[in-house]
Order: sequence, then C-alpha cells, then structure tokens
Amino acid sequence: MRFKTFTSPHMSPARSVNRVMRQVLYALVPGTVAMAWFFGWGVLVNVVLAVTVALAAEALMLMARRRPVKPFVTDLSAVVAGWLFALAVPPLTPWWITLIGVGFAIVVAKHLYGGLGYNPFNPAMVGYVAVVISFPREMTLWLPPSTLAEMAFSLPQTLQAIFLGQLPAGLTWDMITGATPLDRLQTELAMDRSLSDIQASPFFGAVAGRGWEWINLFFLLGGLWLIRRRVITWHVPVAMLGSLALISGLFWLINPEVYASPLFHLFSGAAILGAFFIATDPVSGSTTPMGRLVFGAGVGILAYVIRAWGGYAEGVAFAILLMNMMAPTIDHYTQPRVFGKTPARKEG
Amino acid sequence: MSDVSYRRIIADGFWYNNPGLVQLLGLCPLLAISGTVVNSLGLGLATTLTLIASNLAVSTIRNWVRPEIRIPVYVLIIASVVTAIELSMNAYFHELYLVLGIFIPLIVTNCAIIGRAEAFASKNTLPRAFVDGLTMGLGFTAVLVALGGMREALGHGTLFDQAHLMFGEAARGLTITLVEDYRGFLLAILPPGAFIGLGLLLAMKNWIDDRLERRQARRREAVTLKEAEA
Repeated sequence: MRFKTFTSPHMSPARSVNRVMRQVLYALVPGTVAMAWFFGWGVLVNVVLAVTVALAAEALMLMARRRPVKPFVTDLSAVVAGWLFALAVPPLTPWWITLIGVGFAIVVAKHLYGGLGYNPFNPAMVGYVAVVISFPREMTLWLPPSTLAEMAFSLPQTLQAIFLGQLPAGLTWDMITGATPLDRLQTELAMDRSLSDIQASPFFGAVAGRGWEWINLFFLLGGLWLIRRRVITWHVPVAMLGSLALISGLFWLINPEVYASPLFHLFSGAAILGAFFIATDPVSGSTTPMGRLVFGAGVGILAYVIRAWGGYAEGVAFAILLMNMMAPTIDHYTQPRVFGKTPARKEG
Repeated sequence: MSDVSYRRIIADGFWYNNPGLVQLLGLCPLLAISGTVVNSLGLGLATTLTLIASNLAVSTIRNWVRPEIRIPVYVLIIASVVTAIELSMNAYFHELYLVLGIFIPLIVTNCAIIGRAEAFASKNTLPRAFVDGLTMGLGFTAVLVALGGMREALGHGTLFDQAHLMFGEAARGLTITLVEDYRGFLLAILPPGAFIGLGLLLAMKNWIDDRLERRQARRREAVTLKEAEA
C-alpha cells in the first residue's frame, strides 16, 4: 500500500489572487451600500461604470501585451481597482472622467509598469490623483448626504446626469452640489471661522461629516473582517490610523479651535478606506512586518500634513502614493531576522 | 576620426544618437518648456543655433586647446554664444523671450551642448562639426516639438497656439483648434505630463528600433538561406 506523502508546510494555502480579491470585494460591500444610502444611485452607477471600464482596459492591455486574457481578467484585481476608484470620486462624476481615470489607472499605472505584481504605485490611487489634478472643478462637485439634500435623484435622473451631463429641469449644479466636510472645513478655516462654529452647521454630525461617519464606520467593519479573514494584517491600518490620531490629537490639544479632533480626522474622507483597503495593497506597499508599521505611520502623518496645511482638502491618496515610492527603501531596511541567526553586531 | 561620413552624422543626430531620445541630455529644458508647440520650437531653435556656433568654435580651436583646460574653454565659448542669442531674442522675439524666461540663459547648462563639444567637435573638422551641430540641434528640436504637440493637443486642445510670438502677427491664423470648447486636461500640461509624454516617446522609439532590427534579422536569414540553397 502506498501513502501519499507531502513535504511541509502541511496546510493548504489556497490563497489565489482571485480569492483574496473576492474577499476584498465582499468587505467593500457594506461601506458601498452605506455610501449609496447617503449619496444616492450615483455611487452604484459609478461602481458599475468603473468596473466595466477597468475590465475592458485590462482585457485590451493584456491582448496588446500578448498575455493570456482570461486568467488575469478573472483574478478580479481590475475589479477592485475600478471599484476603489468609483468610491473615491463624487457620486455624479461625468462618465468621461471615470473613463479617463480608470483607463489611466489600468493602462499607465498597472500595465505599462508590467501588470499585476509589478506596479510600484496603487493603480486606483494613481487614476484618482490624475483626475483630481486634471479636473479640479468636477472633482469637487459632491452631493450633500441624502438626509440634508433638497431632493433625491432617481435612477434615470442619475444616469442622465452622469452620461449626458443634464440635470432635472429647474436645477443647476450649484444648487445640488456641495463640498465634502473636509473641503468645507478647509475653506471656512481659511475664512478665519472657529472650528466649533463650523461644526455647528448641519453638515457636521456627532464626530465628523453627517453621513460620512456612518459610511466610514461600515468601511471599518469591512476592514476588520478582512483582518479576521487574514487577507490583510493589522500593521498598516493600526499604524496609519494610530499615527493620524496621534498627530491630529497633538495639534487638537494645542489649539482645538483651528485643528479638528482626531475622531473627525479618522472618520472623514478616505482615512478608513485608505487604511484598510488601499494602503494594505500587497504590491505597492511594504511587505515586512516592521516595514508595514513604518509605511502606515508615514501615510497617516503625510495625510494629516496635507489635510491641515496642504492645498488639497483630502490627502490620503497623495500620502499613499508618496509612501508607495518609499516602500522598496523601507523594505530594504526592515528585513526581518532570519530564523536561527543572530543579527551581526558591529565590533565595538 | 575625421572619416565619419556625413550620412552617419545626420542619422545619429536625428535618430540613433538623438540627444533627447537616446542620450537623454538636456532633459531639464526639454521637460520644462515643452508645454506648447511654439515654446518648444523657440527653445529648440535657440538650442540649435547655440549648438552650431559652439561646435564651430570648438572645432576651430581644437588643435590649440590643451586637454587640461578644455572644459573651462568650452564653457566660456558656450556662455558667450548663449549670451549673444539671449540678447538677440530679447531684441527680436521679445514676447517669446518673456515666455521662455529663464530657460534661454539656461541653455548654457544644457549638457547636450557641452556633450557635443567634448564628444564630437573637439575631434572633428569644421564642416563635420557644423553638420553635427545642425542635426543634433534639429533632432533635439524635433523631440521638443513632438512632446510639445502631444502636451498642447491633450492639455489645451490646440496646436500652434500663440504662433504670433514667433512668426509675427501674420501667423495668428496658424493656430489650429482641435476640439472646440475643450475643457483642458491639466495633467498633460503639468510636469507629470512631460515625464509621461517623454516616456511614451522613448518607448515608441525603442519599439520602432526593435521592429526594424527584427525585420533586418529576418532579411539576413532569408539571404543566407538563399545562398545555402544556391
């Protein structure tokens, strides 16, 4: 009788790209639904549009590069990139912006660098930054959360606004759009208003922007589930959110009328989404345990610096790209000790 | 050394040893000024003039300058040439001069110029140095204009905008509007656009070279096959 013998490790890895990406997609669902609840159909339309564009661009580039199309398209990495892009842009973003942004992400940031596994920068964030700096006006046209909005857009109206740029009769863009809480904070602080004054407006909820705090809470839940499923490790989110809380807390203690509270910073913009879903990208981020802590801390601090003193109200995307640039260096200096070896000591 | 053929010099300047695409020299003005076709053309032609004049001067004195002091001598020659060009541009193309600003005096630091003086003009006869300066300069201008055209078309939706800065009032009609009411694609105009654009141009050149080489290899193979058959 013959027994099949295996060499160690005696556990099935079964962690294909497809499986990991699928779990990331599951984890994105609660936050996305919450976002659609507060900002309407536009969020879902954007997700569908961005994912379609991402898959099409991915297939085209694979064909142009003479790579097998099916295994790479079905690994879902393009779907995740498109989805993340859609969550980053305003709900009524014109279709051509999504086309340019996602196309740029997949074609330039992913495939020109060599495809999945070779991209030094997170594709979704590259695409987002490309459209943010190219179309500053369109990218600030956020809607107010539905609880405050004058009217709710139905699905046909949303499609009309996104694909044809037409609003329902009697409405103008200025009437229906507003700034994000972070934008509002930045503009009004620049007008010398005090923070307590600004946060008294109905656009701010208990800790952060109304609606935004709930959206971020659901992204947090998705992220925690990812850690539980061991798709990501705790290092990057903890380091990033921890450093963001620490530095914003420090300035908040110094002057609470000018610097927003740590809770506001954690639950605004893309802090949570970035910490759990984007900065944890295994390709463009650090991979050593120590390196992940350094990487996350860097993202948190840079994001705060850009938010508090930079030209853009939200700095998470820029911070992640800047730290992507540092990741190889961080990895180089944070190589873990090889098991069974003591680190070489310098002769005193 | 003086047996380099003119054909070789010209092919090198425009393609095989192009300062912008192969030597990657003078990238600072190349990236900074290539926002529009007219700016690119202005800076490219100014650089070409500088290259011709400095190549001629360096080639003339090549037998008398001791190697120990050649670099300061070249720098002095280039600086005087650029000063003369800067002053004449200020006089005759004042508005273009204002647009190009610091990048005209900065031609002095364009490594392509001292590179040609050191690598070619100091070892070759006067006519060859002239042709080298001309083709290298025009090759550089071609890359600048290609990049400028790409960025202007994508960024502003126009070509030859502000052509009157260079060719006088009569040239206002040269401006081609590719897309009416173009909203502008800022990325192409900002510095990242220059880097991405240059990268794409480099990739295109390498791709063409690659194809040419493969075709030649196939032809050679066919020839040897035929010879073997015969």
